[in-house]
Amino acid sequence: MTPLVVSIVAAIASVVLILVVLELIRSRRLRERYALLWLLTGVVLLALSLWRSGLNTIAGWVGIETYPPAVLFAVGALFVLLVLLHYSTVISKLHDQNTVLAQRLALLEQQLRERG
Amino acid sequence: MAEVVTETRLPRAAPLAVKRIAIVPAFNEEESVPAVIEEIRAFDPDFEVVVVDDGSTDSTAGAARELGAHVVRLPFNLGIGGAVQTGFRYAFEHGFELAVRVDGDGQHDPAQLGLLLGPILADEADIAIGSRFRETPGESESYRSSRTRRLGISILAWTVSLLVRRRITDPTSGFQAMNRKAIALFAADYPHDYPEVEAALMVHKHELRMTEVPVQMRERAAGQSSIGALASVYYMVKVMLALFVGLFRKNVTPLEETK
Repeated sequence: MTPLVVSIVAAIASVVLILVVLELIRSRRLRERYALLWLLTGVVLLALSLWRSGLNTIAGWVGIETYPPAVLFAVGALFVLLVLLHYSTVISKLHDQNTVLAQRLALLEQQLRERG
Repeated sequence: MAEVVTETRLPRAAPLAVKRIAIVPAFNEEESVPAVIEEIRAFDPDFEVVVVDDGSTDSTAGAARELGAHVVRLPFNLGIGGAVQTGFRYAFEHGFELAVRVDGDGQHDPAQLGLLLGPILADEADIAIGSRFRETPGESESYRSSRTRRLGISILAWTVSLLVRRRITDPTSGFQAMNRKAIALFAADYPHDYPEVEAALMVHKHELRMTEVPVQMRERAAGQSSIGALASVYYMVKVMLALFVGLFRKNVTPLEETK
């Protein structure tokens, strides 16, 4: 069984994550679009922290017999991977758009120069 | 004496003199955009039309230019929020006092613009929104839509109505008319992606006067709806989150008049 202290600390950490993300959205430093995965991470971790018997069950499924909280780490790590992968696609898109912008700007500048 | 001659042009009646613009966001709508432009002119030839081409890969921009509309071409697709805000910025920078939004897909019928313009010209509202679900007397519900979409819209309508403490029946409607006060606000700050629901909350927080007017909308003339199944789920979650967080957000200052 998961030690109670571990559950409490994990729950607090998840709540802090959720609150920080919400505050970042509120202060317009994070767009809703890019916050959804973080919020999902926080909610899933919070659920697994509070639902202690569930954590044990899941630990059983994946063959973790000695220390159920390892599931928390595994799930947390999985979500961080997902977020990183998502951000890689976002950066790629931004990179492409940046190229288009630079090209448009250069072409416009050239047009202006030849006219003036 | 030449100056005097230019002065002799008859001034129009006050409401007619209002400098007005129709903002037409369009993404790959080459088939429907020309008709939309012509219908706007048929309703009122004094409307300037600006087509915001949201990174189309077809000849939307060319078709609009052929009809003499102003065309602002975005270098890539910004989504409906970014496209419409481009139109608001255009309207603000060019000194328009009245703006309407008519989508390029043909679902908004320009012949009904009069219904939207009424409250604005009478200075009873800063923004008028055409609602499909507010029944006109003697007419029953005419807008056909999938059951899930209707359910989604009702959930949003219920939530927004609760937040702004008044009944909003069609919070996703983009068929709108507004005065310069609202143009200045939206030019400074407009929600991303699918903006209408969040914009309703913004309008409430900025204490602008908003009114809903019953309108009929048409089936899309051509092209694809911008919202698919998976996107709908994202849309609902994102908008609910934005509404909740938006309640606690600081207001952005509307753009200042530079004179």
